[in-house]
Amino acid sequence: MESLQPISGIWAIVAGAVKVTGIFTVLMLTIAYTTLAERKISAWIQDRHGPNRAGPLGLLQPIADGIKNFLKEETLPATAARFFFVLAPMMVLFPSLVTFAVIPIAAPLPTPVGVVDMIIADVPIGILYVMAFSSLAVYGVVLGGWASNNKYAFLGGLRASAQMVSYEVALGLSLITVLMLAGNVTLPEIIWQQQQLGMWFAFPLSLGFLLFVISAFAETNRLPFDMPEAESELVTGYHTEYSAMKFSAYMIGEFGHMVTASALMATLFLGGWDLPGTWDNAFWYQGQLISGFAADGSVIMANPAVWKTLATLAGFVAKTSFFLVLYIWIRWTLPRFRYDQVMALGWKVMLPTSLAYLMLIALTILVLDEVGVAWGFGYGLALTAVSTVCTIAFVFFVDRGRTITGAAAQRAQRVEIKTIPQPAPAGD
Amino acid sequence: MVDILFYVFAAVAIGGALGVVMAKSPVGSLLFMVTTLASVAGTYVLLEAHFLAAIQIIVYAGAIMVLFLFVIMLLNLGHDYHRDLKGGAYAVVSFAIVGAMAGMLQRQLRGSGITDAVASGGRAIDAAIAEHGAIGAIAEPLYTTYVVAFEITGILLLVAIVGALVLAKRNVA
Repeated sequence: MESLQPISGIWAIVAGAVKVTGIFTVLMLTIAYTTLAERKISAWIQDRHGPNRAGPLGLLQPIADGIKNFLKEETLPATAARFFFVLAPMMVLFPSLVTFAVIPIAAPLPTPVGVVDMIIADVPIGILYVMAFSSLAVYGVVLGGWASNNKYAFLGGLRASAQMVSYEVALGLSLITVLMLAGNVTLPEIIWQQQQLGMWFAFPLSLGFLLFVISAFAETNRLPFDMPEAESELVTGYHTEYSAMKFSAYMIGEFGHMVTASALMATLFLGGWDLPGTWDNAFWYQGQLISGFAADGSVIMANPAVWKTLATLAGFVAKTSFFLVLYIWIRWTLPRFRYDQVMALGWKVMLPTSLAYLMLIALTILVLDEVGVAWGFGYGLALTAVSTVCTIAFVFFVDRGRTITGAAAQRAQRVEIKTIPQPAPAGD
Repeated sequence: MVDILFYVFAAVAIGGALGVVMAKSPVGSLLFMVTTLASVAGTYVLLEAHFLAAIQIIVYAGAIMVLFLFVIMLLNLGHDYHRDLKGGAYAVVSFAIVGAMAGMLQRQLRGSGITDAVASGGRAIDAAIAEHGAIGAIAEPLYTTYVVAFEITGILLLVAIVGALVLAKRNVA
């Protein structure tokens, strides 16, 4: 019988070292292969082949890119602020790599010497740690633009700072709905509350989910929000003057942010490593690893197993990959916003909507608690009903007959064009 | 370990603060300021005030200093500011004032049983965290005991924002 105690002593240090090394390596590999996925998916969307020369199916392409960037000449503009120019790429790289530390990747793993939590650091501030470090990432972008002493790079940096500050508000407000529902900020507890609710927060908080995804796109500077590097206006924006590994550091930073944001969205709204059913539930409750509460309030002990850890890890990878593909898919589908549109959307649509939604969800939670609805599936259904109405109203308000009804109108138009009588061929 | 880390953070915070006033470019000053804020957040973590550390980084380093940077870059400071700097006598007076303040602080804290207060306060905080969690320990008194003061502070900030908007609009017209 394996002991269900958390791992401790020397083994905890060993497990910590293995987790840090393993997760960091996998994160870097994921970032490298996301660049390949981006090129492959863009090729499929545009009916091309994409990179297919380096290795079978082009699978060695990221390695070839890495070697190329190592061997390229490093350029340093003569008028650049030298110190800040070199510092800026590091300031982008650092936050994007450390934020992954608080995201749980799988159910706890039982070992002969104790149970290992599949998370590098379960800090008490959880999600706030991610917010803190991701808010520092903007310095690298802004400084890089400023230090290049190039007007395009400078404009890119200015745009980045304005955009990040604008969308951080909506991001934070939509995040608060999750925190209100979960009642805590640590990510293992957010997953645990989703398991207890019987549904992932994407349903009871559907509008919060939508607002969070939009804000996360803006925060990671991905299309349609890539104003800081809009190549048709600013060459490539803040990294115009960068080459070789410094450019590569910016790219790794951007993709690192994408991977972390995807993992975060999966954790907050799609249950993280949770899979349907209660067989995989596990949470440290008063020093015991439990899987739930019985009807009389007594705890049901969890039964962790290696196969459960592997299955939940696969679930987490699948959910994160879904958001990564969504990032790429949207990039190659939607056109870029104009700068004033980005600002108008951020301040005039996202901020008031997320604020009103926050109030509504707080009110709904209060009413449900006062009425005495038990925390469980019914509670979730009531919130889902409220949120679904909000989401439909929001989508129709934002669309205003442009895209959804617009597409239908186009189809009607196509029929009309077909029925236009053709002029008779000119006689001779 | 905690002692060593405390002295590292303290040294970086003081070095950063000196850098703010001594850096040649405004952007350099700003980065030193961010360094100082981050180091202070580090000492908060050592005091197990994790929430305060996170808020310190999110609000000050992540939002307010980004706005500072935005303004510095928008006004393109850094080319013609040397005339604005006061040298000589002003610097001496500034350092004298800082020295006097440090001396007062030292007088105030020495022999006032500060270590006992810190120890008992620490125990009280540990108990509160055990009961309410890291954030509940702050939220619970903030929304019960001190709710009036908290809401009045919020209204004060709102008034300041509206006032800034009114002033900005008047300049445009």
